[in-house]
Formats: sequence, structure tokens, C-alpha cells
Amino acid sequence: MAINWFKYSAPSSFYALAGKLIPWFAWPAGVLTLAGLYIGFFVAPTDAVQSEAYRIIFIHVPASILSMFIYLVMAGYAALGLIFNTRLSSMMATALAPSGALMAFISLWTGALWGKPMWGTWWVWDARLTSELILLFLYLGFISLQASIEDPRRADRAGALLAIVGSVNVPIIYFSVQWWNTLHQGATMKLTGTSMHIAMQQAMFTMFFALWMYVIAIALSRVRSIILEREKNSQWVAELKEVGQ
Amino acid sequence: MKPRQKRFIFIIAGVAILGVAIGLILYALQNNVSLYFTPTQVFNKEAPQGRNFRIGGLVVEHSVKREGDGLTVNFDVTDTAKTMHVIYKGILPDLFKEGKGVVAHGKINESNIFIADEVLAKHDENYNASEVVNALKMANGAQSSVPASPVQGSSEYNKSSR
Repeated sequence: MAINWFKYSAPSSFYALAGKLIPWFAWPAGVLTLAGLYIGFFVAPTDAVQSEAYRIIFIHVPASILSMFIYLVMAGYAALGLIFNTRLSSMMATALAPSGALMAFISLWTGALWGKPMWGTWWVWDARLTSELILLFLYLGFISLQASIEDPRRADRAGALLAIVGSVNVPIIYFSVQWWNTLHQGATMKLTGTSMHIAMQQAMFTMFFALWMYVIAIALSRVRSIILEREKNSQWVAELKEVGQ
Repeated sequence: MKPRQKRFIFIIAGVAILGVAIGLILYALQNNVSLYFTPTQVFNKEAPQGRNFRIGGLVVEHSVKREGDGLTVNFDVTDTAKTMHVIYKGILPDLFKEGKGVVAHGKINESNIFIADEVLAKHDENYNASEVVNALKMANGAQSSVPASPVQGSSEYNKSSR
């Protein structure tokens, strides 16, 4: 059976599809969060160097990876919207931005909480920390820029340019610890292998998938609101039973 | 060419040009972007003279000595090529240990000693269960005096300017 994918690039049909998909991401997000926290607190062993304080890694690293990954996805959707003039792609970019900003903020916040007891400082202007802070500002800039422009189509285009230009920052964040001397240590998870105890890895990956599912669920519900808002004058919205009452 | 193909090429070319431009800027500012200088760079006079900066490296084994006041600490920092003597008065972070990474902020005095006003611990990217590491240490200790973890991440401190 062939699925007509283009059907779902129309906001009206995607609105219904997103509504059906949300529980399929929200429930796994909840279950995986509980599992990840359980493994992280009760199964993963005490670290040899940092003892118990390292456990913040189970939220810090997933949030950091997602903050970079969401940015690339957001810039990708924004570029699609710019190139093909597809409304839904631009709406997806807008819907992802707050989650990306949240992940960047969690990354910086948990990093500061971790840095104080381990390194001896909340903050240091090294390349990794500074470029992650710039990522948070890029998200906030994207959100504010779009909010400041009345016409949604023009807001989409302006935001898309900022998102695309800002994507240059993502590889800088990732490679900063290799390119420059930083206080932040190098990557633990590498393509060539990892230097981490297996139970710690399980907790980290579980939390990563939990946060990822959460972001998909929340972005889908956000895009539904954006669709309703932008299409509020159209016939199909007026015919929705949750709107009609 | 269709307008959408034109837009696609514009975006790809724009990001590529921007990437190269930012890459060149960061390459030119390499020493400003790096958080610290290695002892080798300080020795080669690449570090700023008469101004505060940071040095980073590994604390040399058996080099940590506390003075009578209980607050002043002497230790050597090495990048495995050159070594620098550091004096610091203050509280050290918990992870400060011989053979481990450290980043110190301060100034060099006339006799080439680094007077630090802030010392931060730099840990590596390895995470392991304390039981496993202790077991490894016991096993190694029985055979020889080889440390359980051969100076981890020491290559990282040889990243002097390219």
C-alpha cells in the first residue's frame, strides 16, 4: 500500500495526524524517563573519580546532544520552508525552537551545577561553554525575531535565515573540545568507542531517548496550536469538533 | 533554473561561505579562543607577558607541597614536554590531584614562577565504577608499581598551537 506522504504536508491533514501521533511519543517519554532515572540512580555504579556527583551527566549529556540536534532539525525545516515554500515546514521550525532553547538552558544550567563541585567554578569562558551559550542565544533570537514580525510568512523567512546562518555554530560546539584548549573534557561517546561503564551508558542512552521522545511529543502538540492559530479563518478549522463548541 | 533550485543553491553556497569565513576568523583567533596556554607555549614566549593568563597541564607526581600556613601550595604543571612551577594560595578543588589535569589563572613573576590566583581541576572523559578501578589498582599493585591509569588524556596537553 502506497502512502501519499505529500498529503501530510497540508496543515489540515497533519493536524489530525499529529494528534494521533502524540500519545505514541508521550508515553514512551514518560516510561523511559522513569527507567532512565532508576538505572541512573540505582543501577549505575559510583564513579571512580567524581563519586556520586557525576550522575548529573544523565541529564546534562542528553540535553546537550538534543540542544545541538534540535537546532539542526529546526534549521533543516526552516530551509525546506524557504526553498519549497511549504507552510508546514516553517511551522515545524517554529514549534521546535522553544524545546531547543529549553535543552540548551538545561545543558548550561546542569553544567554549571556540575562544574562548581568538580572543576571549582560555575562558569568559565572556554570554547565549549561559550559556544553552547551562543546556541541558547540563537534559539532566543529565533523566537524573538519571529515574534516581532506580524506577518507569519515574513516571520518564517526571517527566522529561517537566522536559523540557517546559526547552524554554523553546531559543529563549532561539537569540535570545540578538540580544536582548542578547554576546561571541558573531550567527548566520552565517540565513533571509535566509549570510555564509560556499561550501566552508565545504559542510563545515559535511556535518558537521551526519553528526552528525544518528549521533544517530539511536545513539538507536535505545539505545531498543532500553531496550525490552528494560523488557519483560524479557514473552513476546516471551523468544522473541527473541538473548535465548534 | 526554477526559483526553488536557485534558492537551494543560494542557501548552500551562503552557509558554505559563512562557514569558511567563521573558520578563518576562529583560526586567526586561535590563541584567544583557547582557554589556557601549555607550559611549552609559555616557554616559547607565546603567552602574554606581564599580563594574567591561564596555564593548563597535568600536576607532576610528588610535586605538591604545602607550606606551613596550610594554605599556600606549590606544585609543578607539565605538558609532558616542559614543566612550570606554580604557587597558589587558596582552596583547591576536590578533584585536584597529582597526575591529573589542572588549569591555573595568574601571572609569571621574574623568576619564571607562575603565581596563581585561581586553580581549577580538569577531569578527563572516562567514567568507570570505583570498584573496577580499585580492583585494577590492586591487581597492578601486586605485579608492579605501574599506575592503573597511565596518565590519561596526556595527549590533550600537547595541543600546542598548530
